[in-house]
This record gives sequence, structure tokens and C-alpha cells, in this order.
Amino acid sequence: MAGFFAKYAPLLLKGLEETLYMTLLSTLLSYLLGLPLGVLIYATKEGGIHPHRCIHRVLSWVINTIRSIPFIILVIALAPVSKLIAGTSIGPNSSVFALVVAAAPFVARMVESTLEEMDIGVIEAAKTMGATDLQIVTKVLLPESVPSLVRGLSISAITLIGYSAMAGAVGAGGLGDIAVRYGVHRYQEKVMYLTVLLIVGIVQIIQSSFNLAARQIDKKNR
Amino acid sequence: MIQIENLKKTYQTSTAVEALRGISVQIEDGDIFGIIGLSGAGKSTLLRCIALLETPTEGRILIDGKDISSLRGRELTQHRKQIGVIFQGYHLLMQRTVFANVAFPLEIAGAGKAEIQQRVTELLELVDLADKADSYPSQLSGGQRQRVAIARALANNPQVLLCDEPTSALDSFTTKSILDLLQDINRKLGVTIIIITHEIGVVKQICNRVAVIEAGLFAEQGTAADILAAPQSIAAKQLIGIGGAL
Ligand SMILES: Nc1ncnc2c1ncn2[C@@H]1O[C@H](COP(=O)(O)OP(=O)(O)OP(=O)(O)O)[C@@H](O)[C@H]1O
Ligand SMILES: [Mg+2]
Repeated sequence: MAGFFAKYAPLLLKGLEETLYMTLLSTLLSYLLGLPLGVLIYATKEGGIHPHRCIHRVLSWVINTIRSIPFIILVIALAPVSKLIAGTSIGPNSSVFALVVAAAPFVARMVESTLEEMDIGVIEAAKTMGATDLQIVTKVLLPESVPSLVRGLSISAITLIGYSAMAGAVGAGGLGDIAVRYGVHRYQEKVMYLTVLLIVGIVQIIQSSFNLAARQIDKKNR
Repeated sequence: MIQIENLKKTYQTSTAVEALRGISVQIEDGDIFGIIGLSGAGKSTLLRCIALLETPTEGRILIDGKDISSLRGRELTQHRKQIGVIFQGYHLLMQRTVFANVAFPLEIAGAGKAEIQQRVTELLELVDLADKADSYPSQLSGGQRQRVAIARALANNPQVLLCDEPTSALDSFTTKSILDLLQDINRKLGVTIIIITHEIGVVKQICNRVAVIEAGLFAEQGTAADILAAPQSIAAKQLIGIGGAL
């Protein structure tokens, strides 16, 4: 047993590192893109704080279209562009572009539905105090939604771990790649189960730490 | 002075709802003006029009002779600062402390730190909540939350304070203390108060003038003393009868 660990520890550690790198970077970039998109789609809806039919329709269409493409197909379809951007078609960097393209619309919808839960009365109260649309976004909508946004962040990060494992299977490395190579191609199930265990561990840690953080931040229910 | 001239508001849903059907009234500076009516009579709609949250379908609202119902964009945002509004549901920012809630309108108006500190302290003293500055709204009672909302609404020194059923969620003792506070504000600061209610007790306690609204129209209006003593319309008689029976 000790020999087994000694043999595979470096491999698994590298896989773990690559998975965390892919997840972290793509989560960060998808929020950079998805958060403003989510706010925009929320604000421009009919009856929203800044209705704009055209922007809303186009955004909604793009988001729905991307979200309806299965991720594994998206990775393959985007491979040429990914290569151009990352400068390589293997390794963790090669998958980040596809991960962000897939996750940003997901994040946008998540942000949108978080904002939808906001009490419209609070927004109106801010309006009566002379808040501009931008101030409503930056000083009311986002700060008031931080606890829910943090919970949403954990869902997005966990989804991206799953996606990154799929990307791993087509050359991006990480734990997904190890699981496929050893479990499927070399019949070394033990290694595969170990990678699965690691992924489960990461997901649990992310979920519980984000839940804890959200509870700590939230001043509404105490 | 607030003049409302033949104000109409029709909501376009699947059917057209005529919420206001031609309201005219003149509210003098320093009045505590009550608008009383049963559920669905159009009270909130009228208040929302004055608060510039709703665009009237027809008619005008003049404040000191200036028509505010046609304002747009920047002018609209600026004008809103001259009118404070409080609601039945308080609508406080739940992730901000009491202090930061009252600071909010000052922040968005671009006030400096020192000014905010001074003004908020002053306002919290006015509403008797100086000791709760660092609490969060979720830690306060309904009456205390409404006090925060009042302090917040007064932050930009409005000429008018609009109140939409500010005490409907409160017990009778807390109601009285909130109404006392509003009266105090009216006297000390000279703020005109328009208060919407379905409770005749509110009118009795603080209003000097009152209008009875029914189905989008004023059934009658006049001094509170006159209407309480000798209601003319059926709507007013009903409301006073209901109030008396309780
Ligand atoms: N946004 C809206 N869309 C469509 N109809 C509306 C809207 N707001 C109000 N109404 C309708 O307008 C009428 C007047 O409503 P309003 O809210 O002004 O009544 P109210 O006197 O404030 O009642 P309550 O005492 O229950 O608060 C009602 O028939 C209501 O259904
Ligand atoms: Mg109402």
C-alpha cells in the first residue's frame, strides 16, 4: 500500500494542482464576464431598473444558445480558438477559454436569479432617495445580494470542477485526465477511485466553506 | 405647496385598471394631510405618483408651482431628493447597519465623511435611536425599523415626507410613538407630511386636513375636525363608523 502511494502521489498531486488551477482561474474569469452580464440582463428586462428590449433579447439568446451546447462538444468545437489563445492544445491553460465560455452564461443566469430575489421595495426606496441606476446596482443590488452571490459562487466553482474533469479527458490534464487514462485505458481502477475521492473532497470543502462564509457575512437572518 | 390637478392613472394590464380617476387637491406647507380609504381605493397609487415612482396617465402635480410629473432623467433623480418617502414595509438595506442605512442617501448625494458622520448622528438622535447605530435592521423591532426609515427619509432635508401606511404593521402603542415622532418632525422641521392610512385613529391623532378616497376619486376633503365631526360622504361615514366600532 505504501508503495502504491509512493508511486502515484506525485502524479495525483500534479493532477490536483492542475484541477485547482483550472477551476480557480476559470471561475475568476467567468465571474469577471458573467457578473456584469447577469446584472445587465437583470437590469434590461421589461419592468427592470433600466429596461432595454434589444439588449435583453440579444443577451438572452446568446446565453441560452451557449448553455444548450453540451460542454464536451463545446470544448472540441472551440479547440482551434483555445489553441490560438493559450498557444498550446494540451495542459490546463488550453482548456480555460472553453471553460469560461461555458461558465460565463451559467454565472450570468445565476447572478440574474439572485438579483431577482431582491425585494423590489428596497430598490424603489433607493430611487426615492435619488439614486441613479448605476448607484442602485453598485450600492443596493450587489451589496445586498453578497450572501446569495457567495452561495452561487460555490455552485459555479463546483460546476467548473466537473467541466474541468471533462476538459481533462481531451488533453487539459488534471484529475479528470488521470481518471480517464488510468481507469479507462490502463484498467488501474485504484488510481481512478483515488482521483474521484480527491474530487469529492474538493467539492465538500468548497461547499461547506462557502456556506460558512455566506452565513458569516449575512446580516439579514440573525 | 403641492397642487394636484385632475390626476389620473390607468394601469395597462390585460384589462385597463383605472386606479385614479381625477384627483384634485391642494396641500399647504406645514400640513399633516391624511388620505384615508379602504383597500384598493388608490391610496398607494396616488402616493407613488407624488413620489415620482409612477408616471400619471393624465393631470399634473405641481410643487411650488413647478410641474414635477413630466420630469425625466437627471432632473427627476435630483427632484426625488426633495421628497422623502417611508413605507409600511420599511424597505431598509438589510446588509447595512442602522448608521449606514441613514448614511445611504447622503452617500449617493456625494456628501463627505465628516458631514455624513455629523448628519447621521443628528438624525439618529432625532428619532431616538442613537444607541442602535451599529445594529443591523434584523436586530430591531418594527417600530425601531420605521424610525430608521424616517431618519433615512429626512437625511436630504426634504420639504415633503410621504408616508404609505407607516404604522399598519405596528401595535397601537408603537403606532402612537411613531405618529408622535412624525408630528414632532412636522413642528420642529416644518416638513409637510402626507400620510396614507386606512385607520381613522391615525387621522384623529395627527392630521389637520384629510381627504377620503374611494374608487380612485376623493369622496370628500376638508379639515380633519370637520370631517370627523360631520362626515358627508358614505365612504367617510363607513370609515369613521368602522373606526368607532373598534
Ligand atoms: N402595478 C399595478 N398594476 C396593475 N394594477 C395595479 C397596480 N398597482 C395597483 N393596481 C390596482 O390599482 C388599484 C388601486 O391600488 P392601490 O395599491 O393604489 O390601492 P390602496 O388604496 O393602496 O390599497 P391598500 O390599502 O390595499 O394598500 C387596485 O385595484 C389595484 O389592483
Ligand atoms: Mg396601499
